[in-house]
This record gives sequence, C-alpha cells and structure tokens, in this order.
Amino acid sequence: MYDAVNTEQSVQQTDTKISARNVQVYYGDTHAIKDVDVDIAGNTVTAFIGPSGCGKSTFLRCLNRMNDTIDICRVEGLIELDGEDIYDPKVDPVQLRAKVGMVFQKPNPFPKSIYDNIAYGPRIHGMARSKADLDEIVERALRRGAIWDEVKDRLDAPGTGLSGGQQQRLCIARAVATEPEVLLMDEPCSALDPIATAQVEELIDELRQNYSVVIVTHSMQQAARVSQKTAFFHLGNLVEFGDTSQIFTNPEDPRTESYITGRIG
Amino acid sequence: MPVFWLALIVLALAAAGFLAGRVRALSSGGGNIRNLHSLPAYYGWHVALMVLVPSFLILIVWLLVQPVLVNNAVSGLLPDRAVSEDTTLGLVMSDVRRVADGLDAAVSAGAMTPDEAQSIRSEFTNVRDKLGSVGVALGSDVSPEILSAAQKYRGMTATGRFWMTVVVLAAAVGGFAFALRRTSAGFRARNVVESGIRALLLGAASIAVLTTIGIVLSLVFNTIEFFRLYPAADFFFGLTWAPSFGGGSQLGILPLLWGTFYISFIALAVAVPIGLFAAIYLSEYAGPKVRAMAKPLLEVLAGIPTIVYGLFALLTVGPLLLGIFGGQGLGWMQAGTAVMTAGIVMGIMLIPFVSSLSDDIINAVPQSMRDGSYGLGATKSETIRQVVIPAALPGIVGAVLLAASRAIGETMIVVLGAGAAARLSMNPFDAMTTVTAKIVSQLTGDADFASPEALVAFALGMTLFIVTLGLNVLALYIVRKYREQYE
Repeated sequence: MYDAVNTEQSVQQTDTKISARNVQVYYGDTHAIKDVDVDIAGNTVTAFIGPSGCGKSTFLRCLNRMNDTIDICRVEGLIELDGEDIYDPKVDPVQLRAKVGMVFQKPNPFPKSIYDNIAYGPRIHGMARSKADLDEIVERALRRGAIWDEVKDRLDAPGTGLSGGQQQRLCIARAVATEPEVLLMDEPCSALDPIATAQVEELIDELRQNYSVVIVTHSMQQAARVSQKTAFFHLGNLVEFGDTSQIFTNPEDPRTESYITGRIG
Repeated sequence: MPVFWLALIVLALAAAGFLAGRVRALSSGGGNIRNLHSLPAYYGWHVALMVLVPSFLILIVWLLVQPVLVNNAVSGLLPDRAVSEDTTLGLVMSDVRRVADGLDAAVSAGAMTPDEAQSIRSEFTNVRDKLGSVGVALGSDVSPEILSAAQKYRGMTATGRFWMTVVVLAAAVGGFAFALRRTSAGFRARNVVESGIRALLLGAASIAVLTTIGIVLSLVFNTIEFFRLYPAADFFFGLTWAPSFGGGSQLGILPLLWGTFYISFIALAVAVPIGLFAAIYLSEYAGPKVRAMAKPLLEVLAGIPTIVYGLFALLTVGPLLLGIFGGQGLGWMQAGTAVMTAGIVMGIMLIPFVSSLSDDIINAVPQSMRDGSYGLGATKSETIRQVVIPAALPGIVGAVLLAASRAIGETMIVVLGAGAAARLSMNPFDAMTTVTAKIVSQLTGDADFASPEALVAFALGMTLFIVTLGLNVLALYIVRKYREQYE
C-alpha cells in the first residue's frame, strides 16, 4: 500500500455535523437512493465507496442541494446540517452551498485568472472589505490548497492554463476560499496522475483540521489512506457504514467484503 | 439530335451498362458472389459511371464552348461594311443570332424547308415578312450580309451539334466497352466506385468555390473599369453622392457608408441586447416545454422575407415614430422614412440571428462551469453574468459580427424604411440611404451600362463585399479561437 505517503494527523473528531435519515432520491421514475441513514462527524474525512451507479455521487450532491439544478430529481427524507433541515423551505440553497463547498470530478476552473478564480466566491458573498483583504483571502486559500508556491508569481495567468493536478488544487482552494464548514469532493482524483493524487490526498488530510470532508472515490486504497469513516453503497442502498479500519479489515456485510476484495463491482 | 434525346440515350446506355456489368461479374465469378471482390452492384455502378461521367463531361463542355467558337468564327467572316458607324459588332452579332433563331423557328413551324432556309436570299425574298408569319419579329429589314452570316451561323451550329452527338455517343459506348472489358471477378469495382463518389463530392465542393471566385471576378473587372472612368480618390473620399446621368456626377461613397454603418449600428443596438437576453432566458431559465415552443417561434422571425419587414417599417414603425418624434411630437422627424425606422426594423430582423447563435454557444459552455459556480453558493444570475457569459463571450462576439454583416448587406428594409437621400447627418431621424440601396437604384435605371453612373454599382458592391468579408473572417477567427477554450 501507499500509506507511507501520508502520515495521518491526529485531529479530534467532533460531534455529528451532518445527519441524514431515511433519504430517498428519485430521478423521474428511477429510485436512485433508498433509505440511507448516515452521520457525518466534524473534522473527519468520510469516504463513500461503491461500484459505478450505486448512488454515492447522487447522495453527495444531496448534501448541498446540487440536485436542485436537475429538473427531474426529487429528494425525500431528512438531512440536517448542525441540526437544521437543509431541505426546509426557509433554507436558501445558495446560502447552504456557501457553507457546504464542493469539488468536482473533473477540474473545472473558470476561464478567468487564477486570482479571479479564488476571489469569485468571496466577492459574491461580500467577504472582503477591501482589496488588501481580498488579496489576503486569496493567498490564504491558495496556501491551504497547497498551490501558492506554484502560482504566486502568475496570479493573473488563466486558471485553465495550469496542469490537471494544479487545476484540481486550484478548485479545492476556490472551494476553501468561501470558508465552508463541510467540503464535498466527488472523485477529486479520478482525472489526476499518481503524483498529483498524492498531493491532493495530503491536502485532504490537512483540510480535516478545519472542515469535515466527504469524499466519493472509486479507489479503495484512496479511501483507506485518507478517510476515518467509510460508507459502502450498493445499488442505491447504504450497505455498511463505520470506521474505515473496521470496513477494510473486518467488514460485517458479505457484499462489502466482496467489493473491497474485488469480487463484485 | 436534341440534347434531351442524347442525354436520354446515354442514360439508357448507363442503365444497360449497370445490368451488363453485374451479369458479367457474376458469370466470371461462376455465379457465386463470394468469388467476387465486390458486391455485384458495384460492378454495375462501375460500368454505369464509366458510361455516364466522360460522356456527360464532354457534353457539358461542348455545350458551353461551341456557341463561343461559332460566334467568333462568324463574326470573323462578317464583312467590315456590315458593322456600320452607328452600331457595334456585338449588336450586329445579336441580330445574326436572332435571324438564325428565326430561321430555326420557321423550319420547325414548317414555313420553310431546311434547304430553303440555307439558300434563301434577301434580295429575292422579304425575310422579315416571312419570319414574321411564323411569329418571329425582327426590328428592321434583314441585310444580305446578316442573312448570309445567320445562315453560316446555322450551318456551323448544325455541324457542331452533329459532331457533338457523335463524340458523346462514342465516349459513352467507349466507356461501356472499356468498363465491361475490365470487369472480372478480381477487379476492385468497390474501390473504383469509391473514388468516383469522392470525385462527385469534390466536384460539388469546387462548384461552390468556383462560383465565389466568379462573382468576385465579375465585380473586380467592372470595378477596374469604373476606376478608369472615375478617380478612385473622389470615390473613396468624396463627401457628396449626386449621380446625374447626364454626366458630371459626384460619386463619393462616404455618405452611403455612413448611412450603412449608422443603420447597422442602430440595428445591432436593438438586436444584440434583446437577442442575447432572449438566448440567456431560453438556455438558462426556460423549462424544456417553454424552450421547445419559444425557440422555433423566435426563429420564425428569421424566415420572414425582408420585403415584409420593409413593409412593416414603412406602414407601422415609421408612422409610429413620426407620431412621437415628428411635427406633432418632439419635432425632430420630418417623415416616416428615417435611419431610426430602418434600424429598429432591421434590429428586429436580426434578433433570431443573435439569439439562436448565442443560445447554441451558451449551451456549449460546459455544465461543470455552472456546477462549479453553484457549488460556491452563487445564484443563477451571478453564475450567468460572471461565468457563463465570459466563457461564451468570444462566441457571442462572433454571432454579433455575423449579424453585423447581415445588417450591412440588407437592402429591402433600407429602401422602404430609410428613404433614398444620401446625406451625412448625425440625426437618427433623418432619411439616409445605404450602399446596397444605391446599388439597386444605379442599376435599375435606363443608364448606359458603360457609364460611370452605372459602373459605380460594382465599385460599391466590391467595397461592401470587402467590408462584410472582413467581418466574416473576423467572426470565424473569433469563433475558432473560442472552440479551443475548453480543449
């Protein structure tokens, strides 16, 4: 295994950040997510694993209501962030997404400069009082995204001109810049080479100090390396959820064991 | 033999060739398709193509070249005295052709025998009356020189036609025999047909290109002719447009260019915001049902003939504006025809151009861009304003430039909506005119075609062509650059 790359930092896990109860998701007539109950703790990396089409990305997108942008998608059940129902009509999905940031499978920097990519969120949410303030926010985000040293001399260069791994770290920095409480990552390393993957994984582990991170991944090794909790999805059901060490060494459900040993999926 | 029958015979030969090629290929393969290199139909097509292509090519070239050659030969034979002081060789030759056509008509109507038509002499017969009796009207009595030239013309044409028939049929039969000889089980008919198809497609593409070159050349020669008669500096920098067919015209292009750009500018000022906002609504906000309804409805605007827009400008928009800005209102406007009238109506015409192209371009912005913005807590309009539009901007600029070249080339709306006065004025409620409208008016008069007043139309057309070509090239360049954006 590649565990040696990351020396896991000891961070105290805190109480439940997001709790989902009896969540059902439908795409038109298709029942994509069935009866999912999950508690995501603060300052923890939670990994969602499972074969393609099992619903893990769909569930992830429920957590910041990104599924609202898909017309035919319907979500039922209760999802609470800090004890507040995020599907309550009182909740503004736009505000919610500022609190629950998201990093996507494919790096998607805006066709703007590196600086403007990072400053986008803070500008929208009015987080900076002055230009100097904004500069500071951008620098802090880029540092936390572990990309500052590579781009500090070319903040005016277009973000699309960076390499794939740099673009993904830029997107992570962009998500971090709005100071979210939860960071959702949908297969953030699937378009990256092993070196860039290692950098992003290291970054995820550092981000755990400040955020709770939920990561969807197809790589079992990655789930084992970066997460403390793992949820295994299969055919829209949450099969098993528990400590990562537990799931990977001693799974309770035979389907989990079959998947992580490579017999199904 | 008439060309129609000739073509029909060649086609019949090709059909026979198709069957013969098939049968021969099958029999050389022992009746088993598996022994052949290609499917039997390919052998048939091979023979049919070998019959059709060379013979039709010869036919087309012959039909184009023969009249030119015969014309030259006959005009060379005309005695000098036939071309008198007050006429030109071209006019005499058209007389010759008319008489020749008249003789043809007389023969086919049965008023003359073919021999009579070739031996008739104007000294002894009144050819004009004789032809008039079969419905061919001639302007004046036929002089002996013209009659004999016409008879020679007919003779040469008939000989040419005869040899054309012979050569075309020979080519068809030759192709038939050659192709059939080649046909055997091992012959790669499929590949030959493939290259035949390729040549066909290439031909279609080159006709389009050659036509463009032809159009440009016809403009270029007449433009050069114009500049020989009228100084280029006066044309390009003259501030007055005052053609008079009696001579002494002032033909400055600047008032026309000004009118063109002023009207196009107003048109774009109307079309770009409305079109762009409509495109944003359709691509980002409208549900699938609204979109399926609204998009075709908007594109109906593009299908309305421009003359109808012209009527709309003349009958509706003009009086409406006059009511507001005219004598009873603000007093800025003298008549319903004005730059504003034409500009607004042209803008309405251009809305579907801008909206349809922009809509496609906005839809081409990857969903991942929008997701990224929504994921950061941006609203829909923030996302559109700060991410989608900037990403689509090069393409939108391309769409606007294409609309601009449409506006510059527009004629009917200007003729009906903007008036006909060429003037340099800043007031958008004045009547002005454009390059295109003046091209029409310069060429539709009774002007002598060799005068600068008529030839100026070609110089105007050439200028316009270069302007719109430049805009199109710019638009293509920008659109192409846009394509690389997300690669």
